[in-house]
Amino acid sequence: MNDITESRKPPVATTGILGWFRMNLFSNWVNSLISLFVLYILYQFIPWILNWTIFAADFKYNFNGEEIINREMCSRVLDPENGGACWAIIYVRFYQFMYGFYPRDEVWRVNLSYIMLAVAVVPLLFDKFPFRKHFLKFTYVFPIIAFFLLNGGLGLDPVSTNKWGGLLVTLVLGCTGIALAFPLGIILALGRRSNLPVISMMCTLFIEFIRGVPLITLLFFGMVMLPLFLPEGIDMDGLARVLVAVTLFQSAYMAEVIRGGLQAIPQGQYEAARSIGLSYWQMNMKVVLPQAIRISIPSIVNTSIGLFKDTTLVIIVGLLDLLGIGRGALADTTWLGLAYEVYFFVSLVFFIFTFGMSRYSLYLEKKLKTGINMGAD
Amino acid sequence: MKKLLSIFAVSVFAFAANAGTLDDVKNRGFLKCGVTTGLAGFAAPDDSGEWAGLDADMCRAVAVAVFGDRSKVEFITTTGKSRFPTLASGEVDMLARNTTWTISRDVNLGFEFVGVNFYDGQGFMIPSSLGVSSATELDGATVCIQTGTTTELNLADFFRLNGISYEALPIETNDEGKENLFAGRCDVYTTDASGLSSTRAAAADPGKWLVLPEIISKEPLGPLVRHGDHQWGDVVRWSLNAMIIAEELGVTSENVDAQKSSNVPEVLRLLGVEGSYGEMLELAPDWAYQIIKQIGNYSESYEANVGPDTPLEIARGLNALWTQGGILYAPPFR
Repeated sequence: MNDITESRKPPVATTGILGWFRMNLFSNWVNSLISLFVLYILYQFIPWILNWTIFAADFKYNFNGEEIINREMCSRVLDPENGGACWAIIYVRFYQFMYGFYPRDEVWRVNLSYIMLAVAVVPLLFDKFPFRKHFLKFTYVFPIIAFFLLNGGLGLDPVSTNKWGGLLVTLVLGCTGIALAFPLGIILALGRRSNLPVISMMCTLFIEFIRGVPLITLLFFGMVMLPLFLPEGIDMDGLARVLVAVTLFQSAYMAEVIRGGLQAIPQGQYEAARSIGLSYWQMNMKVVLPQAIRISIPSIVNTSIGLFKDTTLVIIVGLLDLLGIGRGALADTTWLGLAYEVYFFVSLVFFIFTFGMSRYSLYLEKKLKTGINMGAD
Repeated sequence: MKKLLSIFAVSVFAFAANAGTLDDVKNRGFLKCGVTTGLAGFAAPDDSGEWAGLDADMCRAVAVAVFGDRSKVEFITTTGKSRFPTLASGEVDMLARNTTWTISRDVNLGFEFVGVNFYDGQGFMIPSSLGVSSATELDGATVCIQTGTTTELNLADFFRLNGISYEALPIETNDEGKENLFAGRCDVYTTDASGLSSTRAAAADPGKWLVLPEIISKEPLGPLVRHGDHQWGDVVRWSLNAMIIAEELGVTSENVDAQKSSNVPEVLRLLGVEGSYGEMLELAPDWAYQIIKQIGNYSESYEANVGPDTPLEIARGLNALWTQGGILYAPPFR
């Protein structure tokens, strides 16, 4: 045992920050060249963008200290050489960006819904959350509460969905679409793999039909054709019709994602479940689906992010989501021409949500170790 | 094909168009008016979320005619693609959406244009440094043009007629045209004159850009309703006409109360002091008085939304009264 050599530290060049740089950025001359080029671009770009978005930007007051109420008062219009972004357009119209045309007296209802959404979703996402079980009960009733809160009824003044807009519409479409499409997608995926020909054929037809047409077509279908199928005198709300279209669209994609997961489960799992006497539903709920969904997490998040961004298409059928409100702001003669600010802000909001979703999916993947020893650990 | 489909979609709905829109509106308690999702000067939400613009005023005028209250209107946003199905299916009572009056829309789609609230037309915008004062001098210019639109065809016709050549730089959207022109990638940008004005207003230095005097197409924009409901069509038509006639007679929102004791017979008829025109339309006797009081006459609406004092700086031009060199003309109020 004595002749074991003292453990030596690894060479300096392979550890610490220096080692990291060497490993990742300068491992050979091609990489070094690319790294230097990228660093140069960043060096040129980052100071400029920081200057434009923050240091030289107007938030509420311009460089003369006046409160900005129109485009002409923006520093970058008064002094095109030095002025940065004119965030006043966002500041002045922040209410519209968040709530659309929701009546100001009733806006507490939207705020309360936003808070309750967080309370409903966060415990759902993190299984270490204290008292998670009790919170999850709330998650189930949240959609009903939110519906009455936002829409009115039960003693609250009704607010027509025509007045909803901005982030509110984006979130309602995104959340409802994703939440409803998930169970529908599971049912469709199971249906498509069913041994009963009628069920399997119907599910396949539905999925292929929906996947075969663009979302815009479905939105038009929801907006224009759907009322035709409803009985005389029943007036379905515009937003609800779009929601139907979005949910159908998303559920077809979700079904294919989950079917991919189902197909990756070895036949032995099904046989094992059968052999211990589990019924079809028990087999799927307890054995197959938990594994299938686990390995499809990256794709599920992927399609969800896709849907969240696709909600901007609703402007085609005349709903003003976050992007639509932005375009409306640009069409106001008071603010004409501040396109950079508006699009920057809208993309920032979308980035926060989609980046959050993608980080959460990474966290889940790490926690559940998807992809490794799949089906056998 | 697209056009065929939209005609199909619209004709499917034509049967849904039932008479009695005025009663429907009255029973509902507010007007549903289709506007753009945002077009400078015509309809756009202001900072407080109120819709403003020439088209928005048209909607409010009809709401005032029916209810005597400018707030009794719900604005439904529509796009170029969704506007006709939305009107045909009865989801809106009328459109005031920057829509060009053409024979196919008036006849084939089953709508009725009740008048013109803005005479637009395709124009040209250039940097003033180009040193050109007429579109006929644009030989060899690079023109930014939205593909697949009537503007493209009009442009080709205009240059061929004048025996000059151009190079087209195809673009998709108005924003793209704007960026290309400002970056100097094209010498000329062509689209409807009102669109050019808003493009110019959005420039860093509007003075550096020039809208040429030539207007090469007719784009009469007006409110429209469904075919077959003449009573409702009359209400919308005469709401617009009342605003035009008020300008003709010099009645403004300021002096409308004083004008009630005017000695001009047509003013008295317009304001409902004499005659029973409100009754004929099944409206309140003072419906036109209320429009002028709450919205103003055509000139007031024009000046406030698109006129020379706004960033758009659109001169009256064709939209001046027929007595002042324009073609704005309303049938007599008698």
